Amino acid sequence: MYAQMIKSEATRDDPEKLAAFQARIDRGEKIEPKDWMPEGYRKTLIRQIGQHAHSEIVGQLPEGNWVTRAPTLERKAILLAKVQDEAGHGLYLYCAAETLGVSRDALTEMLLDGRMKYSSIFNYPTLTWADMGAVGWLVDGAAIMNQVPLQRTSYGPYARAMVRICKEESFHQRQGFDIMMKMANGTEAQRRMAQDALNRFWYPSLMMFGPSDKDSTHSAQSMKWRIKMNTNDELRQKFVDQTVPQAEYLGLTVPDPDLRWNEETGHYDFTEPDWSEFMEVIAGNGPCNRDRLEARNRAWDEGAWVREGLMAHAEKRRAAQVAAE
Amino acid sequence: MSATDPRPPASQPAAELFEFLCRMGDNTLVLGHRLSEWCGTAPALEEDIATANTALDLIGQTQMWLGLAAETEGAGRSADDLAMTRDAWDFRNLLLVEQPNGDFGRTLMRSFLFDAWHRLMLERLTLSGDPRVAAIAAKAVKEVAYHADRSAELVVALGDGTEESHGRMQAALDRLWPYAGEMLADDAIDRAMAEAGIAPLPSALADPWEESVRTTLTRATLTVPEGAFAHRGGKDGARHSEHLGHMLTTMQWLQRAYPGARW
Repeated sequence: MYAQMIKSEATRDDPEKLAAFQARIDRGEKIEPKDWMPEGYRKTLIRQIGQHAHSEIVGQLPEGNWVTRAPTLERKAILLAKVQDEAGHGLYLYCAAETLGVSRDALTEMLLDGRMKYSSIFNYPTLTWADMGAVGWLVDGAAIMNQVPLQRTSYGPYARAMVRICKEESFHQRQGFDIMMKMANGTEAQRRMAQDALNRFWYPSLMMFGPSDKDSTHSAQSMKWRIKMNTNDELRQKFVDQTVPQAEYLGLTVPDPDLRWNEETGHYDFTEPDWSEFMEVIAGNGPCNRDRLEARNRAWDEGAWVREGLMAHAEKRRAAQVAAE
Repeated sequence: MSATDPRPPASQPAAELFEFLCRMGDNTLVLGHRLSEWCGTAPALEEDIATANTALDLIGQTQMWLGLAAETEGAGRSADDLAMTRDAWDFRNLLLVEQPNGDFGRTLMRSFLFDAWHRLMLERLTLSGDPRVAAIAAKAVKEVAYHADRSAELVVALGDGTEESHGRMQAALDRLWPYAGEMLADDAIDRAMAEAGIAPLPSALADPWEESVRTTLTRATLTVPEGAFAHRGGKDGARHSEHLGHMLTTMQWLQRAYPGARW
């Protein structure tokens, strides 16, 4: 998963230092945790990496909704492996964010009280088994589109985390497409499920790239800093161009009557998603926002005694070791 | 060895072997499923990862045990058929593993009691006279040794953590202890397996199990409940708890609602 709608921070640093910093980025150097960096760069990255990490964590929930109902032992095993990867991605990303001077617990609290966001896509429900296919194929597909360029992002720990994450995400996308293949070539009911999943996930997947470039006010600074590598519209177009032939291969219909290949541009023309729906989802009014945040808050609150118990025990052991020395 | 030669030894009691393999596979299936219910809601990210990983190991082991069970039965059923279309009375798992998750402490205590037994059982099964059983055990025991170490360490940490964590772990132990005895009691199937040299008698695991469990619980500052009462009825299917049927309702739903579909 990935981050969207990241507001870049203005920066008020020493112009000479800023110029030297920009020159490093322009030379393609990686910025490392102990290097000097503008406050705006640090804050924007914390927000972006944190949101990305939160998306991995919240992203377990729509899949957890089906892990107990997976239709075969193999599907159950694959879904468990995928969910485990996602929790692992969350962990690397929180670690990357920690190198910028913010703790995982602090980030978590900002997620839980709504100060930080996660990707809008996870506020949509997973209603049939085909949704496990659609999430892998479309949602992970869109995430990969966004993440592959981030392997070259300017901040070293983030770029390195992305390399590992991208390898696993491509497995996730393949397993999603494989589910869709089985469904699309299955019984009438399975084909209906597959089409219904595409109908429901198509536009929310397009929204994952964020608002249109003309309305995206925060991109320029992030692109200059190489925190963001491509514009929202470039990535969205690339996603549509890649996905439409896959839908055709599956024998499914993309729910866009105006979708057509444009010989002149060499790209598909397509209908933009309903951006007012996107803004509502971001504002907390998606179909599952409250459920998702409630689930995360409950897990955090009910797990407090475990975390405290583990800390207390670790402290006792440390004290015993010190006493023994 | 086993993987290339699917023939069972000539003297093997097939019906009893099928029962035994279902016991092994249903334990891993039911516990794997229970752990998967935690998906995305564990107390810390590390626990989310470890719980999903353990569930994944157990589901992988289920594929092997129930795969061999289906092959032994020779009735054209697959491991998935056994997992997804049997009703509760045909399940052969221990009552312990079907108990609901409860809080994280109860989930952990259930795993701890089972893992200690599972490790001992698999260690003995690596010496099984049936090379197919020995091969599955050899693969599974490596994973389960890790499960057992991890659950024991967490029981120690939370038993000897805060007052609250201690209280919750003690409550979990008190609640689950009466389900431990079923793991160590012999019945006719167990005796047939022992006579055929396929599996140890569960009672032969009792002493080492008790020793390892008591050692850990002592380190965890927890008190083993008194009394030897043990619930029975899981591994012979005679009387499962009410919980299993609800679990199967969820787990088997797609296969039941759309019979014959391939997923």
